[in-house]
Amino acid sequence: MSDPRTRAVVAQVLVVVGVAAAVSAVAVQAVINLRARGIASGFGFLGRAAGFEIAPGPLEFTSRDTYARALLVGLHNTLRVSLLGIVLATLLGTAVGVARLSNVWMASAIARGYVEAMRNTPLLLQLLFWYSLSQALPAPREALNPLPGVFLCFRGLFLPALRGRAGYPWVALERPVLAGFGFHGGTSISPEFAALLVGLTTCTAAFIGEIVRGGILAVDKGQGEAAAALGLSRSRILRLVVLPQALPVIIPPATSQLLNLVKNSSLAVAIGYADLISITNTTLNQTGQAIEAIALAMAAYLVVSASLSLALNAYNAAVLRRGGSRA
Amino acid sequence: MTAGARPVAWIRRAPMFRDRTNAIASVVLGAAIAYAGVGFVRWGIVHAVWSLPEDAGSETCRAVRGEGACWAVVAERLRFILFGTYPFAEQWRPAAACVLFVALYAASSVRRWCNWRLLALWTLLPSAAVTLLRGGLPGMPVVPSEFWGGLPLTFLLSTVGFAVAFPLAIALALGRRSPLPAVKALCIAYIEVVRGVPLATFLFMAAVMFPLFVPEGRTIDKVLRAQAALVMVIAAYVAEVVRGGLQAVPRGQYEAAASLGLTYWPSTLLVVLPQALRVSIPALVNTFIAFFKDTSLVTVIGLFDLLGAARAVIVDAKWVGFGIEVYLFVAAVYFAFCYGVSRYSQHLERVLQPDAVIDQGSAVFNGRGRGDASHRHTGRQQVVRRSARPA
Repeated sequence: MSDPRTRAVVAQVLVVVGVAAAVSAVAVQAVINLRARGIASGFGFLGRAAGFEIAPGPLEFTSRDTYARALLVGLHNTLRVSLLGIVLATLLGTAVGVARLSNVWMASAIARGYVEAMRNTPLLLQLLFWYSLSQALPAPREALNPLPGVFLCFRGLFLPALRGRAGYPWVALERPVLAGFGFHGGTSISPEFAALLVGLTTCTAAFIGEIVRGGILAVDKGQGEAAAALGLSRSRILRLVVLPQALPVIIPPATSQLLNLVKNSSLAVAIGYADLISITNTTLNQTGQAIEAIALAMAAYLVVSASLSLALNAYNAAVLRRGGSRA
Repeated sequence: MTAGARPVAWIRRAPMFRDRTNAIASVVLGAAIAYAGVGFVRWGIVHAVWSLPEDAGSETCRAVRGEGACWAVVAERLRFILFGTYPFAEQWRPAAACVLFVALYAASSVRRWCNWRLLALWTLLPSAAVTLLRGGLPGMPVVPSEFWGGLPLTFLLSTVGFAVAFPLAIALALGRRSPLPAVKALCIAYIEVVRGVPLATFLFMAAVMFPLFVPEGRTIDKVLRAQAALVMVIAAYVAEVVRGGLQAVPRGQYEAAASLGLTYWPSTLLVVLPQALRVSIPALVNTFIAFFKDTSLVTVIGLFDLLGAARAVIVDAKWVGFGIEVYLFVAAVYFAFCYGVSRYSQHLERVLQPDAVIDQGSAVFNGRGRGDASHRHTGRQQVVRRSARPA
């Protein structure tokens, strides 16, 4: 035992055996309990009919479709709101970060107030707030009509859409028309989707804004001064000189914020948007297959997180290479 | 010369009228803000309904909907929002528990006490708060945990979660840097899996899977299950913060300890860890704020923390549709707490900066020279950034 190498081997064996023992004890207990409750484990439930409805979206779904299809629709909804959120949060976040450092006192003060408000309240609270706000909108009959063909009411935002009609070679602009308790035709954005998108975007943008601000501050002051001496305008200095050099500092922490956005889209469950977690929750309540359903959801999130972080790391590497060749 | 010259000079020195761009922007943006502000004051103060007579319905409030706020909902349901379904006559106990938690945070900011005393406080005060909530002492009837709710539950879940997760996090962080490959692999796998999935999955796991893990006939209560899930998640995030601190300790410190003949555990516990934790303090405070806010997610598994109680208020038929007022009130409570703590964390960051700690041996802190504010808020991003940055 005095030999450090022997000790290392013994320590590792002990740790691995300890962890394995704990995990298998839990697993054995779970199997006993599942048998007692008559729940068959395994992924057989995926092929059965789900029997619940999902709010209409880009993917077709009826209650006769399978659980597998339902989970796929959930994953699709998660990805849809996350990807849109990533694009919008990046744009808004950059604007906030630049505004924070603006020479214009009023702009930086507004940006600062915005950032503090977003960062010091829970995201879930913000989502519930946006959703409450959407539900405080007028009823479809008194819908706000800011532009021709655009209607805003507590059932969502209704917009005109381009539609091809059978027998006609051209596409026509189809306007939503009031019908019954809502609107028909055109395209629409549900209040759940809108609240989730607005909440995720505005909250993540505040964090990204602070990262952008930090990145810009990390760029040597002389760079901006040199560019100004060359006669570049303020916006071109920012766009061509400062931001490119700030990118290597910005990308790694911004990556983790964007990953947070994807994970935070799971808060959809609180406002009734049919994301992966909501559907998983419904599925496990109906089938009792808690372990399988949660394992599937976790695996899906791990794959999405890993792909996104690989993509952004590749972008980071590209930025660094570009910076390296220029230096 | 004239009396009027003074205010003009003052105005010209004010930041919003420094130059022409600023003056124009101030007028334009100021007008927009004033417009929004007037609208808010009209809605929130002038046309607002502040209280309703006893046993009255919410018709008065519904009559002014869209024009005025209904703060009466907050006034009438205040005790429910703050303390949830805790028995009304016993509500001095959750109130006292809140005082204990706030006292704990205040005591933690006294730098003179930043030693074993802090450890004792973080053990004693949360235990005392739990005892107050649970009861069982003479004069305090037992209140089962399904009646706990509101602000004390938020404090409880985040504080106890952090306190229990902290030692686990240190073990995980040391394990991740361990020379033993099996230990290292296990720690990396745990940390990365937990950080890769949403907190909500862990809470659902706690709600529906944990009961499967205990022998039939026994139950774990709901608050404890949520607490366990939070501990598992907080440990992974705090482990990354501690790892950042460990990486900031210069190699010379390890080497100096080794040359004194210290083996792994003495050198880690006596030399490396104290320095690593010291530099991690601001990031730890930020992680605490992040989880104080994220504790609100327990509402999705049916616990009535501060936000959950607020949600429950507007389920009541009388108050359906008054979410904005309730949420604004709860947002103000969260904001007051989180803003206060985050200002304190920024202060700490300045105090603990490399140049400021000459008396502690500035060499220790050389790894942390930085001047930006990008990672002020979440420890998570700070650490990811440090480890993701190419060498």
